[in-house]
Amino acid sequence: MSDAVIEERPAEATPKVSAPKPYWNSYAAGALLGLVLLAGFVVTGRGLGASGAMTRIAAHTLQKVDASVRGGTAAEHETYARQNRYTAQYINDASDPLDDFLVWLFVGVLVGGFVSGVASGRAGLELIKGPHTSWKRRVFFAGLGGFISAIGARLARGCTSGQALSGGATLALGSWIFMLAVFAGGYALAYFLRKEWL
Amino acid sequence: MDPSAPFAKVDGWGTPALAAMALLLGAGFGFALEKAGFGNAKTLSGQWYGTNFAVLRVMFTAIVVAMVGLFTLSYLGVVDLSLVSINETWIWPQLIGGLVFGFGFVIGQYCPGTALVAGATGKLDAMVFLGGFFLGSFAFFFAYPWLEGFYGSSAMGRVLLPDALHVPAGVVVFGVVLVALGAFALTHVLDRRFGHGRS
Repeated sequence: MSDAVIEERPAEATPKVSAPKPYWNSYAAGALLGLVLLAGFVVTGRGLGASGAMTRIAAHTLQKVDASVRGGTAAEHETYARQNRYTAQYINDASDPLDDFLVWLFVGVLVGGFVSGVASGRAGLELIKGPHTSWKRRVFFAGLGGFISAIGARLARGCTSGQALSGGATLALGSWIFMLAVFAGGYALAYFLRKEWL
Repeated sequence: MDPSAPFAKVDGWGTPALAAMALLLGAGFGFALEKAGFGNAKTLSGQWYGTNFAVLRVMFTAIVVAMVGLFTLSYLGVVDLSLVSINETWIWPQLIGGLVFGFGFVIGQYCPGTALVAGATGKLDAMVFLGGFFLGSFAFFFAYPWLEGFYGSSAMGRVLLPDALHVPAGVVVFGVVLVALGAFALTHVLDRRFGHGRS
């Protein structure tokens, strides 16, 4: 009798081991994010940032590649990265990029994201795209979006983390201008790209 | 009693302690972003097409929590706000930079932090976004000699909204909380109207 009951159970009722867990409620995730940001202010006196580390890594990459192409002992001091007034601020003899607060923050974000993704069954190679677009278009727009974002972030001296989130919470005037401009720019362009996502 | 925080500045932390703390803060940041669903471009794109308002809800909840906490601790004399790094203001570079960043966000459907989390969990489109971000950073370096004048224009230094609006900080904090609550309510009205019920 009990065997028959088991056999009648529909296949869908069997729990799927691979099904990812649902995301957290947005307000709960936001509250955790806010507490992490508050901890940053109270413990270190700084907020969070993501693009700053990438700028430092890019500037040091430029320096290393240029120095090795030039070769020789004096080459380290003749590089473009030292002559360029923007990158020069990140390349000085006293500083190691691995001593940088933002670079360690960057490593932490990768670790924290990975741990959460694995624990929730959401980690794995996958290309995310809208239902009516091709993977080629998605790759093109993802790369282009990254390129354009970098220019915007460098002009504004920060991205969604360093300006909108951290600057927003400290009530910095320029950060609120940045945040409103991001939403304005995004909504102005969204209509024209709707077929990529809807 | 003198303020005891920010601890690292008041107690003069060295590099190893700061690096360890940065690693810990980053891990919490990445964890929260992933749990919010921001490791997937579909969640982020929902903000622009009205199908998922997680971006607005998460971001404004985080801002409200950190802002109320920081200004309360400052008011109570626990945190010395003058020792907290607060972004300086350059009106035009931040306005134009924000518009350009918004274009990039909608085109790529990630921002740097969310792309790191998405890339860490294997999203290939996020890895491409990050590659584009590095190339864009190099492009900015090479263009800097031409952009330098604009980049340094309209510099105002450390200006907070309360200074700019000539009202006490508490009033601005209260105002931001009210605006956030109003925005949350609006997103739930839109969800009900268009049948996207998920938060």
